[in-house]
Amino acid sequence: MRAKLSSEVRLEGVGKRYGALWAVQGVSLDILPGEFFTLLGPSGCGKTTLLRMIAGFALPDAGRIVVDGQPIDHIPPWQRDVGLVFQHGALWPHLSVKDNVAFGLRERKLPREEIASRVAAALSQVGLEGLEARRPSQLSGGQQQRVALARTLAVQPRLLLLDEPLSSLDAPLRAQMRLELARLQRDLAITTIYVTHDQAEALALSNRVAVLQAGSVIQEGTPEELYRRPRSRFVAEFVGAANLVPAEIVELRETGLLVEFGAGIRLPVPGDPARWRLGSRTLLCLRPEALRLEEAAIGRGMGFVGTVASRVFEGDRHLYELRIGEGTLLRVEMPALGEGRIFRLGDRVRVELNPESAVLLPPE
Amino acid sequence: MNRVLVRRPRFWDPEGILLLALLLLLAAGVLYPLLQVLHVAVASEGGGLTFRHLGAFFQRPLFLESLVHTLATGVLAVLFGSLVGVPLAVLTVRYRFRGRTTLQTLALLPLVIPPFVGAVAFQQILGRSGVMNLLLLRTFGTTLPLMEGLTGVVLVQTLHYFPFIMLNTAAALAGLDRSLEEAAQNLGCSGFRLFRRVLLPLALPGYAAGALVTFIRVIDDLGTPLMLNYTTLLAPQAYLRVTTMGLTDVDGYVICVMLVALSLAALAGTKAALGRWEYAVLPRSGEAEPRALHGARAVGAWVVAAALLVPALLPHVGILVLSVSKVWSLSLLPTVYTPGNYEEVLFRTPGFIWNTLRYASLAALVDVALGALIAWLLLRGRVRGRAWLDTIATMPLAIPGVVLAVGYLRVFHGWNFPGLGAPLTATWLILVLAYSMRRLPYTVRAAYASLQQLPVALEEAAQNLGANRLKTFARVTGPLMARGLLAGGLLAFITSAVELSSTILLVPRMELGPLSYGIYVYMQSAVGRGPGAALGVIAIVLVGCGTWLAHRLAARGTGLLFRL
Repeated sequence: MRAKLSSEVRLEGVGKRYGALWAVQGVSLDILPGEFFTLLGPSGCGKTTLLRMIAGFALPDAGRIVVDGQPIDHIPPWQRDVGLVFQHGALWPHLSVKDNVAFGLRERKLPREEIASRVAAALSQVGLEGLEARRPSQLSGGQQQRVALARTLAVQPRLLLLDEPLSSLDAPLRAQMRLELARLQRDLAITTIYVTHDQAEALALSNRVAVLQAGSVIQEGTPEELYRRPRSRFVAEFVGAANLVPAEIVELRETGLLVEFGAGIRLPVPGDPARWRLGSRTLLCLRPEALRLEEAAIGRGMGFVGTVASRVFEGDRHLYELRIGEGTLLRVEMPALGEGRIFRLGDRVRVELNPESAVLLPPE
Repeated sequence: MNRVLVRRPRFWDPEGILLLALLLLLAAGVLYPLLQVLHVAVASEGGGLTFRHLGAFFQRPLFLESLVHTLATGVLAVLFGSLVGVPLAVLTVRYRFRGRTTLQTLALLPLVIPPFVGAVAFQQILGRSGVMNLLLLRTFGTTLPLMEGLTGVVLVQTLHYFPFIMLNTAAALAGLDRSLEEAAQNLGCSGFRLFRRVLLPLALPGYAAGALVTFIRVIDDLGTPLMLNYTTLLAPQAYLRVTTMGLTDVDGYVICVMLVALSLAALAGTKAALGRWEYAVLPRSGEAEPRALHGARAVGAWVVAAALLVPALLPHVGILVLSVSKVWSLSLLPTVYTPGNYEEVLFRTPGFIWNTLRYASLAALVDVALGALIAWLLLRGRVRGRAWLDTIATMPLAIPGVVLAVGYLRVFHGWNFPGLGAPLTATWLILVLAYSMRRLPYTVRAAYASLQQLPVALEEAAQNLGANRLKTFARVTGPLMARGLLAGGLLAFITSAVELSSTILLVPRMELGPLSYGIYVYMQSAVGRGPGAALGVIAIVLVGCGTWLAHRLAARGTGLLFRL
């Protein structure tokens, strides 16, 4: 089963107001045909509202939504032909699996044989052959979510909207469904807009991600860009784990900057010297897994010294907390692969890093 | 000594004793009288089993006709009640317009007027020489026999009971998960199709619950046919047999068995039909927003609502006018007004009101206590045999009042109750017993619902901090259930206060009669209609206040109070 065509979606300054509060404000995005695009953000950031506006269940109070060059804001939900998979599936309890999946096809008045073949195809796509006669209440959570997906795919919408479809599943099932979803989307090459608060899901599935905070897009890019080059404290903390250390610019160099943090530790970091001023405050973002620990005596590369304040063993890795200077704690992740040295509380250690992995963020 | 200690309560545990006591009480108050009725109907002279009496029932044209007519009133009242109730439910739940809350309140008003009181008022307005027919006669020279025979009974009952259908349907519609509807719209479904394919099927269980209550209440209703003097129905036939032929006449019991059979058949039929729709869906994405109607559309909504509601509100006006009239006969409005009717019922015969307050509040107290205990045992108890308790405590919902009364007369008549020196049926206690047993399901249900919503952890926390089970109940569980229990108790109170179908058989002496009995007695004579109406107004005020309070207390899920 192939999507009819992959649509292009453009949001132009879209805003939604509830009373005096703008739940969504000034959102402009271009989503390309066949792209897997994710709206990522904490609950209440407006991501679901945005999705509901695309589906037609909420009307924008500002801006407009354009699909394939045609503004759709005045088209009612039932004529939009955009498939929405609801957070909890929203399967109709009074209909069997088969009738649930056939629902949209009957609405489209397709011939009986075609409905039957498309229902069968949609169910086999999600791996649920043989459950046609069941009621939704007789299915597990994962199966229900698959039926919901099949129900939407069966009508071959021009756009697939997914509203946290995996959030009601438990962790192992979620990981498996994530893989299936990625495969399905790739096979169908259907433009997909995915809403989630789970950054791991967003990074794993998406071609591009937009991070939302308080109704606005604060950064947009590929998963790698978001992870490696966050532009704000919010994105750095929301996407992956981050040490955010207050620092000061002490030198502007031709190719980068020199910052000072902790108790007089100086580190050269990449950055555009034209955008920073000497002496200005900044936040230094260091990813825990980009840091390495060595014994204080034998360190060679770029780095600085700290004291081990705690250690947690997590199976595949050790999580250290290091004290550098007073009051500043730094998380460091070390793979627990056999020969690596294990440090103890109070050990003086040297933290080494590739300066390219450090990112400077504006202070709050 | 490595045994695992599993605590299985023995039967002589406090819990077991409590269960036993409750079972005995319910057996004496519900099960045994019912079995006695059945026993008389199927016992031969020698004491063996015989179906001769039951068979004879079908040989008697009068009884057969009564059976058919009873079925017809039930079915027709449900049918017409649906035609009024379902559109009103849709209107008030799915649309938002100016005055919607007022409309919701107005639609509850038919419930606050006891049906037999409504019957009198309808007579006055739509009856043979009522206001409408007088008008018709003057302008067109013809009349409309709306209140004659079966038509009148169905009319009164439809307009009294349709709120049960409306409330249950409305609750079902309002509780639907928004995403179920949106999913249909997303797949291209809208308008009436959306209604037919998704909303109505999902609201069906709620609607069916309302239809079932309506059916069972209608066939149980003794007051309306008696007031309208139409007796070819099962309930009045049973009443007439017992009052005219006495307690030894087998036919009365046979009719009672038929009534119970009808109730149970309706209950079983609904359950079986709904078995396929056994889904418990929690509204997880919230409920759908009602659509706003403005201007002409809002006016249209009110026109529809008024057309549906105005007939049902006629008796309220009628009874009020009647209660202050001295002479209201063969004229559009009373020719002479008087406050004397209220003087009569408030000062000359205040007994009716006091008796009602006493009986109904005692019954409500008993129900609250029993309801709390039963619900607690059902949800938190561990002793075996709780399912029995559930079954017997729910049974009164399907037992017509006449049948219970006949059972009581059979069981308690002519047997001096220990400590009373007289049979139970010779004292007013029999009325309290009847009311408390008939309304027990309300408080059990209310208590059950509120207890079910309480996380067990709240009680476990109390026990973990050293409170035993009794203390936990007194200090944590009980107070947290109080709201729901009180709502259930109020409902038991108001429905007992206007109960007529068992009252009319069980009142030992005129001066022990409650309000409903007083109304009935007054209405028997032409001069008594004024005072009867005044009592009716008092009943309406009582029920109205109680209903309002119960609604306030139960906050959400009041629909639950109006189901079986």
